Amino acid sequence: MDAYGILQILIFAAAVLALTPVLGGFMARVYDGRARLFAPIERVLYRLCGIDPAREQNWVGYALSLLVLHLLAVLTLYGLQRLQGFLPLNPAGQGGVPPDLAFNTAISFSTNTNWQNYGGESTMSTLVQMAGLAVHNFLSAAAGISVAVALIRGFARRSARTIGNFYVDLTRTTLYLLLPICVVGALVLVWQGVPQNLNAHAEAATLEGSRQVIAQGPVASQMMIKHLGTNGGGFFNANAAHPYENPNGLVNLIHLVAIVAIGAGLTNTFGRMVGDTRQGWAILTAMGLLFLVGVLAAYGAEARGNPALGGMVNLEGKEVRFGIAASTLFAVVTTATSCGAVNAMHDSLLPLAGLVPMVNMLLGEVVVGGVGSGLYGILVFVLIAVFIAGLMVGRTPEYLGKKIEAREVKLAMLAILATPLGVLGLGGLAMITPAGLAGIAAAGPHGLSEVLYAFASAANNNGSAFGGLSGNSVFYNTALAVAMVIGRFGIIIPVLAIAGSMAAKKTVPSSAGTFPTHGGLFVALLVGVILVVGGLTYFPLLALGPVVEHLALAAGTLF
Amino acid sequence: MTIHRPAALSLFDGAVLAQAGKDSMIKLDPRQLVRNPVMFTTALVAVLATVLTLRDVTSGGAQSGVMVQISAWLWFTVIFANFAEAIAEGRGKAQAASLRRTKSEAVAKRVSAVGSTRHEVVAAADLRSGDLVVCEAGDSIPGDGDVVTGIATVDESAITGESAPVIRESGGDRSAVTGGTRVVSDRIVIRITANPGEAFLDRMIALVEGARRQKTPNEIALTILLVGMTLIFLIVVATLPAWASWSGTAIPVVFLAALFITLIPTTIGGLLSAIGIAGMDRLVKFNVIAKSGRAVEAAGDIDVLLLDKTGTITLGARQASEFLALADVNEHDLAEAAFLSSLADETPEGKSIVALARIRFQLKEPERADMIFIPFTAQTRMSGVDLSHAQIRKGASDSIIAHVAERSGTTPGRGIKDLVQLVERVAKSGGTPLVVARDGRPLGVIHLKDIVKPGIRERFATLRAMGIRTVMVTGDNPLTAAAIAAEAGVDDYLAEATPEKKLELIREHQQGGQLVAMCGDGSNDAPALAQADVGVAMNTGTQAAREAGNMVDLESDPTKLIEIVMIGKQLLMSRGALTTFSIANDVAKYFAIIPALFLASYPQLGALNVMGLASPQSAILAAIIFNAVIIVALIPLALKGVGYRPAAAEVLLKRNLVIYGLGGLIVPFIGIKLIDMMIAALGLA
Repeated sequence: MDAYGILQILIFAAAVLALTPVLGGFMARVYDGRARLFAPIERVLYRLCGIDPAREQNWVGYALSLLVLHLLAVLTLYGLQRLQGFLPLNPAGQGGVPPDLAFNTAISFSTNTNWQNYGGESTMSTLVQMAGLAVHNFLSAAAGISVAVALIRGFARRSARTIGNFYVDLTRTTLYLLLPICVVGALVLVWQGVPQNLNAHAEAATLEGSRQVIAQGPVASQMMIKHLGTNGGGFFNANAAHPYENPNGLVNLIHLVAIVAIGAGLTNTFGRMVGDTRQGWAILTAMGLLFLVGVLAAYGAEARGNPALGGMVNLEGKEVRFGIAASTLFAVVTTATSCGAVNAMHDSLLPLAGLVPMVNMLLGEVVVGGVGSGLYGILVFVLIAVFIAGLMVGRTPEYLGKKIEAREVKLAMLAILATPLGVLGLGGLAMITPAGLAGIAAAGPHGLSEVLYAFASAANNNGSAFGGLSGNSVFYNTALAVAMVIGRFGIIIPVLAIAGSMAAKKTVPSSAGTFPTHGGLFVALLVGVILVVGGLTYFPLLALGPVVEHLALAAGTLF
Repeated sequence: MTIHRPAALSLFDGAVLAQAGKDSMIKLDPRQLVRNPVMFTTALVAVLATVLTLRDVTSGGAQSGVMVQISAWLWFTVIFANFAEAIAEGRGKAQAASLRRTKSEAVAKRVSAVGSTRHEVVAAADLRSGDLVVCEAGDSIPGDGDVVTGIATVDESAITGESAPVIRESGGDRSAVTGGTRVVSDRIVIRITANPGEAFLDRMIALVEGARRQKTPNEIALTILLVGMTLIFLIVVATLPAWASWSGTAIPVVFLAALFITLIPTTIGGLLSAIGIAGMDRLVKFNVIAKSGRAVEAAGDIDVLLLDKTGTITLGARQASEFLALADVNEHDLAEAAFLSSLADETPEGKSIVALARIRFQLKEPERADMIFIPFTAQTRMSGVDLSHAQIRKGASDSIIAHVAERSGTTPGRGIKDLVQLVERVAKSGGTPLVVARDGRPLGVIHLKDIVKPGIRERFATLRAMGIRTVMVTGDNPLTAAAIAAEAGVDDYLAEATPEKKLELIREHQQGGQLVAMCGDGSNDAPALAQADVGVAMNTGTQAAREAGNMVDLESDPTKLIEIVMIGKQLLMSRGALTTFSIANDVAKYFAIIPALFLASYPQLGALNVMGLASPQSAILAAIIFNAVIIVALIPLALKGVGYRPAAAEVLLKRNLVIYGLGGLIVPFIGIKLIDMMIAALGLA
């Protein structure tokens, strides 16, 4: 580790911390209806879609609206991909996407996963990139944020039947939050050299005299929402390691901050809307601690170098422009959130450094997490933590004055069960079926890591890939898509149910007998519960994958 | 009054242990086990392991020695959990036995009408609600009911442990009688209010034994959490062979079973019901009967305590604390007049006036021959004494002022104005003023003070630290109430309280989401007792009050509410602490079992064997033995409850997290290592 590397991490952290209250405050204004700048546009949109913005929904209505919209969106994206050969805006003349890949991609983008079993520039037409993938980048991000806001309302309201209107939340998220930031951000990216055009691929003759095809297109607009919405689906196969996506250090920093900004800001919005900003800061502190441990572990492992090569710096799979620190920072950020964009190949990280992104995802992506999903994910852990701690202080556990009873515990456990089912169950299937085994490239524990990473990434809607694994097969396209659906809706539905049941509860005024949830003890407890629940679930597999690989590497054995 | 509480059973009473041992086998019945999902799962796995082991033994497998031991310990895990529950129940049963002795084959004298002189003799068990029975001196009261006519002294020691007989009479607040008690004198007619099996005593026995125990809301929530954890580990263990196949590792199913059982929360799962039963048991030791476990749990959640002033916050009787003479009167004269007028006053207030005068002025009792005592009546609202040379009266200020005006035939003059000032001063300080007059001339005021019980202020401070607000309920005027409230250190007061006001106050707090506890005895308390989340009825109270409350205090001591709250809290804390302990234990078990399972495929994983366990087999065996034995080791804790000192939530959490969280992390590392050393020494694996 060197001072320059640590400085990069500090600048990033400072920028996020500075943005949190600003963005948090703004989002609170958006979701309690005070922000009215675009009211005329909203009115037109609502009238066109036949939505009564004043009619709020109970949790079932909210969940049904969300599911129906996603079903339609998946079908549309699937159709667009299959038919792209016949549709306009196809300068490179791409043919229709095969059914299993189209299915996987449609699910992947609508669940905010953006797992890509294809190379963007060689598979998708510009129309699909713009009208399909980019739209889903907005839609899936806005949906995640809406669910988080509905859950916040559940905590903030008392004796209420409704938790908001899904369509209104979705519209306002897009209109007030995502679009303005993306328009401004994309312009900055263009200024920094990211292309934004509708041109066909350019051909160039290199100095060596060979012919090179240079893909281009509406990259800047995709880049901004890809990070801001923690989508992560790159325009190019190389993702953020591609110089057109990520031309320099400043853009790299913008990308990093954009990935975390909304997730961190939402903790502040949460605090404001429940009437105690300290609650939000406590959650952000817990996230920050986990993040810091991850960054230092990963950066430390990479900086020590590869013991098998005499401690030589491990630059395999990294962009030399970014170096060790910015690459590991990006790897940790992208997996701590549910972004999944990469500027280095995680497959090539040293075992311990590769362990960190894996653990980040396996813990449920609650370290800031995906937009919205990070907040509601960590709030599920909060409920479990408060339940256990609450019993230990001799009271029916309560959080923010809401009693946590059998129904909430049941829903929280359902939400926690979803991911292990997707990772361990479907991943286990890959390990025993010929189709699954066929995709694994490396031997030994690294091979296991490839599969574990893929399913961790899918079931947590991250979308980053470990590399190595050949994911574009009927088996993986299907199994990973199923994992994405389980990991997305298997959590969203219980979370909305929790929102509904919390909103209906009375709020008990806090007293000395209630356990304060804004102090250091709470932060420690929350971190402990996240680590223990996640750790106990995945300890055996981590031991069989990265841990044994690390131990073997230390002894000089390579796989 | 002598109170005998149920004799404290030693933690491991021989008879209870023997019975518990037998019961823990009976409890292997799947129909009983299914009530406890974690233990039911353990039993299923034990069956599976046993079948596989038998198959392996018959085919002469190499691992069969270890497999036999693992299967045996899986069964022990279930049996130990049953044993914990059986001990808790056994202790309750021992207490119930003494109650049951009072429920002999009693007979009842049933009459057809209240006035009827003829009765038929029927078995007490045949009585129905609404039947009328007559009880005379020496008769056992055949069932719960209300006295319809008559008055009698009743020996209730069988239920309450209080040896002095109590009065039971028709009408009023002392009309309830309990089946199993005995009429000592006189004759009463009782209307039976409970059907067979539903009487107070029956419910008490059922609850103490744990037979009719239903899971409480928190217990249900916790069980769901435990089931959730079990499912997670089921996924983990069930998918492990698939993942392990990549490295070519084949894990024997019995080893997987051992891993699964050590991971799922068997410790808390096995002790959960014992904790609940023991909580009820602790209340019984305090001579409080809770009608449901839900009520005990609610007690831990109480936010507001409504406490009656008299008897709870202040001593029942007021005490004279000073003599306030008017300007032109000697204090000695006032004291003497008060002394003389109170000599025949047998009320505690009167006695305290005599005592105070004796202490202040060493007054001596004169010959009583020429004294004519005037008793207090509701009409005059004064009492006093007529002497040969003087006429002395004492009483409430308005009645004495009226008396003065009548004697002198004049309107009140300047002296009266001073008197009113004195009276107001006393009232404002929370006392009751008694005015003394001699020969129609007011002398001054006796300050009768409500004596706040010693130590009660500290108890309220403790409650405040626990986050519980105390509200004093009194019929006094707001001025007096405020003064006493300030002295006692309660957070709030309800003055000039009526049953309606009380009910309204409870509703108001509940509307704000708070849980309210109160105690009461009168029939007019019944609505409030029913409305309160924890309503403790005094056993001396009416049947209506006892029906309305969800707890009955056999000693009729209203201050006990505070203990009840603490027992409720301790119950929840015990569950939380053992849950934390149980989950924290898993870390060590992973470090024991995972290297053991995969050592053959990846020798490097030996680095995770931080405990340095002898062999893979002994490691797995040590983990499963620890997992079973810890249940037995924690039975005393489950029965006694975790240590609890009232403190703020944060302090409690910090302490419990360190003890049960950190302890739960460390203890199994040591325990598993020690067991492993024993296994190695005995050559078991």
